[in-house]
Amino acid sequence: MADVTFTVDGKKLTAPAGTLLIDACKAAGIEVPAFCYYPGLSLQAACRMCVVRLEKVPKLQTACTTTVAEGMVVYTETDEIKQARKATIELLLGNHPLDCPVCDAGGECELQDMTFKYGAGESKYVEIKQHREEQQWSPVVYFDRPRCILCYRCVRVCGEGMDVWALGVENRGVSSVIAPNGGDHLNCEECGMCIDICPVGALTSGTYRYKTRPWEMNHVGTVCTHCGDGCKTTLGVRAVNDGVEIIRGDNRDKSGINGDFLCIKGRYAFDFANNQERLTKPLVRQADGKLASVNWEHAIDFAAQRLKEVRGSRGGKAIGVIGSNRTTNEENYLLQKFARTVLGTNNIDHHRTADYAAFTAALQGRADREASLRDFASAPAILLLGNDPTEQHPALAWQIRTNVRLNRARLYVANHAEIKLRRQAKAAVTIPQIGYASFVEYLSGNDGVFAGNANTSAFRDSVRKEESLLIVFGSEFRGRDIASLVQFGLSLPNVKFACLGDYANSRGAADMGVLPDLLPGYVPVSAPAHFAEEYGSALPTEPGFDMVEMFDAATRGDLSALYVVGSNPVARYGMDASALKNTFLIVQDMFLTETAVLADVIFPSANLYEKAGTATNTYGDLQLVKKAADKAGVRTDFELIVRLAEKMGTHPKNLVPFGKGVRADFGQSRGVQSGEADRHAVWLAANDLEPKLSPFDPFAIFDEIQRLVPAYNVPRLNLLAGNDEHLKSELVQIDTNATRRDLVLPSQDGLYTSGTLGNYSAKLKEVVASHTTMNATETAAD
Amino acid sequence: MPRLVSHPDEVKIISRRFGLGATDIGKYIELDGYKAVQAAISKGPEWIISEMKASGLRGRGGAGFPTGMKWSFVPKQSEKAKYVLVNGDESEPGTCKDHLIFLYDPHAVIEGTMIAGIAIGAKMGFIYLRGEYRYLLKIMEKAVADAYAKGFLGKNIFGSGVDFDIVTQTGAGAYEVGEESALMESLEGKRGVPRIKPPFPAVVGLYGGPTVINNVETIASVPHILLMSGEAYAKVGSERNGGTRLFGISGHVERPGVYELPMGYNLKKAIYDVAGGVRGGKKLKAVVPGGSSTPVLTADEIDVGLDFDQMGKAGTMLGSGGIVVLDETVCMVEFALRTIKFYQHESCGWCIPCREGTDWLKKSITRLHEGGAVDKDIDNIRYLAENMLGRTFCPLGDAAAMPTIGFVQKFRKEFEDHLNGRGCPYKHSLEREEALV
Amino acid sequence: MATEKTTIFSPELAARFDKLVTLYPVRRSALVPMLLYAQDEVGYISTAVIAEVAERIGIRENDVQSVLSYYSMLRTKPAGKYNVQVCTNISCMVCDGYKILEHCKKRLGIGHKEVTSDGLFSLEEVECIGACCWAPAIQINYDFYDELTPEKMDQILDDYKAGRGKETV
Repeated sequence: MADVTFTVDGKKLTAPAGTLLIDACKAAGIEVPAFCYYPGLSLQAACRMCVVRLEKVPKLQTACTTTVAEGMVVYTETDEIKQARKATIELLLGNHPLDCPVCDAGGECELQDMTFKYGAGESKYVEIKQHREEQQWSPVVYFDRPRCILCYRCVRVCGEGMDVWALGVENRGVSSVIAPNGGDHLNCEECGMCIDICPVGALTSGTYRYKTRPWEMNHVGTVCTHCGDGCKTTLGVRAVNDGVEIIRGDNRDKSGINGDFLCIKGRYAFDFANNQERLTKPLVRQADGKLASVNWEHAIDFAAQRLKEVRGSRGGKAIGVIGSNRTTNEENYLLQKFARTVLGTNNIDHHRTADYAAFTAALQGRADREASLRDFASAPAILLLGNDPTEQHPALAWQIRTNVRLNRARLYVANHAEIKLRRQAKAAVTIPQIGYASFVEYLSGNDGVFAGNANTSAFRDSVRKEESLLIVFGSEFRGRDIASLVQFGLSLPNVKFACLGDYANSRGAADMGVLPDLLPGYVPVSAPAHFAEEYGSALPTEPGFDMVEMFDAATRGDLSALYVVGSNPVARYGMDASALKNTFLIVQDMFLTETAVLADVIFPSANLYEKAGTATNTYGDLQLVKKAADKAGVRTDFELIVRLAEKMGTHPKNLVPFGKGVRADFGQSRGVQSGEADRHAVWLAANDLEPKLSPFDPFAIFDEIQRLVPAYNVPRLNLLAGNDEHLKSELVQIDTNATRRDLVLPSQDGLYTSGTLGNYSAKLKEVVASHTTMNATETAAD
Repeated sequence: MPRLVSHPDEVKIISRRFGLGATDIGKYIELDGYKAVQAAISKGPEWIISEMKASGLRGRGGAGFPTGMKWSFVPKQSEKAKYVLVNGDESEPGTCKDHLIFLYDPHAVIEGTMIAGIAIGAKMGFIYLRGEYRYLLKIMEKAVADAYAKGFLGKNIFGSGVDFDIVTQTGAGAYEVGEESALMESLEGKRGVPRIKPPFPAVVGLYGGPTVINNVETIASVPHILLMSGEAYAKVGSERNGGTRLFGISGHVERPGVYELPMGYNLKKAIYDVAGGVRGGKKLKAVVPGGSSTPVLTADEIDVGLDFDQMGKAGTMLGSGGIVVLDETVCMVEFALRTIKFYQHESCGWCIPCREGTDWLKKSITRLHEGGAVDKDIDNIRYLAENMLGRTFCPLGDAAAMPTIGFVQKFRKEFEDHLNGRGCPYKHSLEREEALV
Repeated sequence: MATEKTTIFSPELAARFDKLVTLYPVRRSALVPMLLYAQDEVGYISTAVIAEVAERIGIRENDVQSVLSYYSMLRTKPAGKYNVQVCTNISCMVCDGYKILEHCKKRLGIGHKEVTSDGLFSLEEVECIGACCWAPAIQINYDFYDELTPEKMDQILDDYKAGRGKETV
């Protein structure tokens, strides 16, 4: 809309006609206070805090419902307005418990801030406050009624934002109360958005409540370790006697690709890190067959010597490496470099949950064809094929819902299941589970392969009429099907694609060449191009074993050693444990997983919250991983790979280009405590290395990645500032003719599971258990 | 059964069929019923609206907005269906006039609704009665059924080629639903919480369509206006206040009842001549002139004309036409308390100043009435009310604040007499009252 | 459709509800009337009523709960067969409405929102019922009684006790 000019507190401002006054003021740096107003949610005009004076209007008006108009003259902080706000706060404080000293929100409470600003310091009432007992609504949500100021943000974010509608208002007048849908409990998706959005301490978190004060924590914005959406999460951490503990996950920094959103896993499922079963000492299998803890020096040396022996006796072909979906890009890059240059093998793979290689091949380096997660918040039309984002990609589901709600985006859903996002769809069709490929053919205009009807035909017509479309597909599409889908998409104008995979860095693992046939950036091992020179050693050019072949080889006795980093193929990929009985197995993990129990050497490793680096979500959004927590006894995968290489006789500089001439670690890897840096310093000094630049500095590797993998050569300043950068897919060169076995196995995770990690989250288990009991009781009652 | 009253000063326009058996459709027709709607059909919307404008009719619900102008705001073209909504959620304490219209002249409500529909191009009307008026709903339901049976409602009314349907229903106990947008919410099956304005109902109303919403008395006046002409109707009343109004005079008068008086009729005369003066020869203390939300007038302030403008000049409001007369025995603190208790009970709770303000006023005045207050509490009560005034989401906050300010301002002495443990010097009405929950 | 299913309501009421939802441009408009009629038949809004009404309209049960808790005439606990509602608002108050309330309390032996042990009567102090000019006034269920005195009140209660009261539904 056309711009209008108006005056606020004497300043001439300009904004598009129709802009809400409160937003226009904010954009100009004039903060108009509000409890109930929340950008993107429906307007309430209930708290009356944002009242302002408009010239020639008799009553004060709410800035949240006034739209700017040409020539409008506004005052936002006159004595009259301050008095109105003060009076409103006095009314709220009348029955507010004022238990700020013990309230979770104390220190980050909007009511406190407003009281501070408007100075409602005197109590006008002598009546006894109405106390109500706190209620537990779910394992993660508690409600403290007297603290509630009835701003209805929780009701709206749950209903409008989440499409869950689990919260409502009951009774009226002063008896009005926020009520959960289950009577005394919530039946919901447990996202905790209601807690996040609560301006006071009325809704509190089952993991965080009464644990600490906000100012006693450090707050680190990093990337969630769970699904492939890669939400930005802010971890509240605090020093404890064995390191730094995470005590809260939330979304206070709303600058991430997830906007306002965070799901149950991002918010609560950090607790695996504090699980009692966490390994903190290296374990080596003894002659009696039992695992015993040993010191790090011994464990690393032992593993390195065995790897060296195998390399010496049988060559790299007898060693396999399995990488992780949850380590950083730098770690995965380093791992493949270690495999290829130190172990001399292409036997490297990871648990694939999406066929990124095929997707990249199908795009053929076309520019600007890959959708960022951000694009889903503004695209005019979206075609969703397969997947159930509500369960598997909650942030994507949030973006889509928000886009449909606020921008009337048109969503088209084709799915074999009755997924929840159909509620937002302009059109939806049900197709057979094995019918996705033929449905794409049908969309392309081939009526012969898919039994269509009036509904599917109308669906097709609408989709094909779209002038700008995002096509997002799940793991139902692999290999050639992806190519056909991309081909169909490219026949329409302005199409972008997104390929949905699971886990925090599956995309990164593929991009970084944790694949038997592809180097970082999908460069074929058979034609290693610049990698051959850069790596400075004879790279194996034959494709190695994939995951299944490695286990087959082990069964045959052709795989003498297997190095598994942050992966649990036995439980998650259904690999046969007995295949490894004659294979020397090294596992790096947090827990004694189904795979780790088979190992000869186990290195207790750090998780994504305990390290620095970068991670790439399934949409190709690259983000900075910041170190938030620390656990005594564990080591990052990065450090372990370097030290293993060093013990095998490789100079760390050959793996990690640290030292003079490269950009240094500016402290990112150190996290909130100096402990790690000190530890590094000791190690560096002991090894006669320059203490200023560390061989464990992921940014030394990130330098190399940016240099060798052009798609990752994104502006670094923005990335380091904690913002996401979308990969440059046009810079990916790939051999499009290669055929590859379909090894994609989706994680099958829902909202409350998260692969192996999820098994170690007490909160997730508690939530699942509570749902089971509640369902049981409710069924019994019927 | 509500007793009908009569007085020579009355000008019976809207009440002319009261007590004449007009609930029967035949009788209604005999008494000029359904003539106006036929005239409306033949002469068209522009004529109707110009007659309505000429009549000077102002909304009888209390706000006094000119009806003809309200109707003219409805856009002629609309993608969404338009509606007529009749507000029969009569709940303002002291007000019982619509009660009588439903009881004695239900077809006038139907006919007025139809005319409003024709004027704005609506095909459907809703008549919403407060939940307590179930027996009146029955009367309305029968009247609507009779009108359908005669072919007056439904398809092609009076051969006009226009269809018109009416649905009647009741609420379920909520004063706030009398607010026009809250009424629409209630009719849509939701909590009776008002909507943000703008948009106003004339543009975005019921089910998102342009909607005319009028009080029952307003709507029932419409057929009479068309029959007698807007100009003739206007002449009955005072300047800028056309026609007559049903005034319900209750409380301490000799002859309480609903009287139809010309707009601008003197309040003092209404009390002393029409309603027979203060009951039992007692002294007049105060008058609540237009329902409980209107600021009180003292005995010295009642020589004033009963129309929107004159009452405004007198520092109060014409309101809903419910005149409550209080004699010297009434404790004004207790009266203020009963008034605020009502608004506290009826606040929808949506906005902070009203939800919390009415509650704190109730608590403070309760304590004061019981003698537990000190000097500054009186100022605090006034401060509370003044800080609600004009700050709330809808007029309910004002409706609670205005009379409270009036009571404190005009009867401060009585408030002071309750202070410092003295408690109420009057004979209590609320002695053993229990809180309304 | 809904009538074929099992319903907790009488066939007449179920049929009425089937019609009611079709009268309005949106089904949900029938919610408040449905709740009232269901209460008239069942005595109060039980969880079963909420469930069936929600299903008939096609909304969530907590939506129904949220709406019903807003309206003061809707109750989630049984009242007496005859719910005596005494207005004490301003016009009634100044015309001895509280005297009527006190009288009813004594006579019935119950307080505000209480039910007699035989379940016949319940008592409620209510806000203005729109009978101001005929104060003091009460309602028994949906029927009005006005210009009351304690004596008239006794007569009315006696009539109801004897089964001679009006019963508008």
